[in-house]
Amino acid sequence: MNSKTPLIHITKRSDIPVGRAILIRVIAIAAALLLCGFLTTLLTGLNPIEVYASMIRGSFGTSRKLWNLLQNMAMLLCVALALAPAFRMRFWNLGGDGQALMGCLAASACMILIGDKVSNTALIIIESVAALAAGAIWALIPAIFKAKWNTNETLFTLMMNYVATQIVAFFIIIWESPKGSGNIGVINQHTEAGWFPSIGSNKYLLNVLIVIALTLIIFFYMRYTKHGYEISVVGESERTARYIGIKVHKVIIRTMLLSGAICGLAGLLLGPGTNHTLATGIIDGRGFTAVMVAWLAKFDPLVMIITSFLLVFLQRGSNEIATAFMLNKSFGDILTGIILFFIIGSDFFINYQLHFRKSGRKEAK
Amino acid sequence: MKKLVSVVLILAMVLSLTACGSKADNNEKASSLKVGLICLHDENSTYDLNFINAFTEACANYGISEENYIIKTNIPEDNGCYEAAAELVDEGCDIVFSDSFGHQSYMLQAAKEFTDVLFSSATGVNAHTADLDNYVNAFASIYEGRYLAGVAAGMKLNEMIEAGTITADQAKMGYVGAYTYAEVISGYTSFYLGAKSVCPSVTMEVTFTGSWYDETAEKEGAEMLIKNGCVLISQHADSLGAPTACENNNVPNVSYNGSTIKAGPNTFIVSSRINWAPYYEYVFKAVEAGEKVDVDWTGTLATGSVELTDVNADVAAEGTEDAMKTALDGLKDGSVHVFDTANFTVGGETLTTYLADVDDMGDFVPETEAIADGYFHESEYRSAPYFDIQIDGITLLNTQF
Repeated sequence: MNSKTPLIHITKRSDIPVGRAILIRVIAIAAALLLCGFLTTLLTGLNPIEVYASMIRGSFGTSRKLWNLLQNMAMLLCVALALAPAFRMRFWNLGGDGQALMGCLAASACMILIGDKVSNTALIIIESVAALAAGAIWALIPAIFKAKWNTNETLFTLMMNYVATQIVAFFIIIWESPKGSGNIGVINQHTEAGWFPSIGSNKYLLNVLIVIALTLIIFFYMRYTKHGYEISVVGESERTARYIGIKVHKVIIRTMLLSGAICGLAGLLLGPGTNHTLATGIIDGRGFTAVMVAWLAKFDPLVMIITSFLLVFLQRGSNEIATAFMLNKSFGDILTGIILFFIIGSDFFINYQLHFRKSGRKEAK
Repeated sequence: MKKLVSVVLILAMVLSLTACGSKADNNEKASSLKVGLICLHDENSTYDLNFINAFTEACANYGISEENYIIKTNIPEDNGCYEAAAELVDEGCDIVFSDSFGHQSYMLQAAKEFTDVLFSSATGVNAHTADLDNYVNAFASIYEGRYLAGVAAGMKLNEMIEAGTITADQAKMGYVGAYTYAEVISGYTSFYLGAKSVCPSVTMEVTFTGSWYDETAEKEGAEMLIKNGCVLISQHADSLGAPTACENNNVPNVSYNGSTIKAGPNTFIVSSRINWAPYYEYVFKAVEAGEKVDVDWTGTLATGSVELTDVNADVAAEGTEDAMKTALDGLKDGSVHVFDTANFTVGGETLTTYLADVDDMGDFVPETEAIADGYFHESEYRSAPYFDIQIDGITLLNTQF
């Protein structure tokens, strides 16, 4: 190497042995935990091992916490499953939050407006259809603009989130209870009309089962169907797709309808399925966290089960730390942030290789 | 598949690293009480700080050690509140308190599920109709505190009128409220009536922010009122927005939730607050003794639940403390009623009857006659305020919230 070579230069790896990839991940996690431990001791004076132990307790401490973990995994995975087909198509749907929120709004509207007019079964069917349709419509709008005029879908879907939030805020003022409190509270708390039924005594089991089924369906859809194949081709190269006779516009619109409808389903499961309320924060940023879930798993629905577990585990853990040690919840968020930063960062070292000028040998950190 | 293996290994690593030392805390729940508090915001909100201080004080007085109480802050008014309550139950709490109105339906939900634990939703209105043994509400007759703070405001206006800075007609106060909800309406009306009891020409403008805690909106609301010609500001919202705006514009401020003299050393007059410590101690005692806790407890001046901070003599008018003392004595002996129908009109008429929505079943149907013996009986038929009448002399600038 001559002296004009920069100190470090980066090349893309064509392939990496499994062992090496695992090693990089393990080092990243270990480094993240070390840094977290160091920061914890420095800032709070607590024993880091105890802090980690309470992170574990946050997910596995009691059966209720375990169910909580499963419920949150299911909800996050549901949104990630919605995003995966769109992402595979290279359509960056950042509007999962808004699409799910519109689904929740539509379902809540049914519960509030016709809650006492139709039978409970009919109400659940109507609100489900409404939620899926609302989510699909919210995704369809940017999809049409993308297909017809090639607008930037990243910005468009992102902005649709804020529109959805404001629409929901508007309806909260209309339906607030009591008047002037800025809060809807639990919808149909006395009649429980439109609430999803519990299987046995477990209120989360139904959600979990629905999402498990959905995971298998999406896995099958993306891998073994013609639609799935078309999505991959469009994602690889629109020109190739056009050349082999795929109607790209149709694929974009169809896939986004699916993506939006599944987001609407997430809103449905979060609203009538679990929380029985409508609030602007009910989706809790899952539309964005799900981007990470889908991305880390390279859009593979089965791997997404693991990545959603990882993210929810970290969230529950940081929550537990805040409770157990009476730290501000922000401290748990800091730890989660550090760990995620390292995990995402390790992806860089798996995909790229660093070359140093002097040493001349290949280094992979 | 490679990814799958690597992620599994990572998880195995994380778990094995941290699997030790998680079984130590089973012997805590033996003797003394363990209690939890759920707060909407954290210490930066004057409202939540007031709860946190009272809670820690009550725990200290009652002998509940630091490891036996848990305070969860920044808990939103949604399912997060139910989750927080369930977590506190997991931690072994015998009593779970919440501090914000919007927490109530989630506290109720938790109470239905965890029947061994007492849930107390402060400022809530649904316990007396929920009919559960382990779910209660509490509030205090804070309208009396607001009234006394209003007296201090009226004295300040009188001082300005006497000094010639304003005419009697210009005695206009401004009020920054959160929502158009009975708790806020009852608060600003009692404050106004307190001021009017010493300064008859007073008027008031009210603006709403649509949030319990929005520092920018509260500050801008106060500044807008000051520009409108309001010469004194008070607020019912929980940030330091309004006191800060007053200090910046050198306009006197009557505060809420506790002293804000640090934010406004040159403008703070006095503040009313609910002292929750007597309530907490009452509940601790009752639960420990296995007695039933009042489903809908109302704190009063007599229980020490309604308090006023020290008057800031640098800003307050001369004679303020005496005037407040006179009013306080009147409230205590029953010769003064805050919502005396002789002291206010609605559309130019004196009220003789008013149905209030006391049994809040979500139907918004008022069912309880609240006016008797010449005054509106606030916080008597239920602890949370239900006075929601728009009286003459008060102008609402925006009501969309």
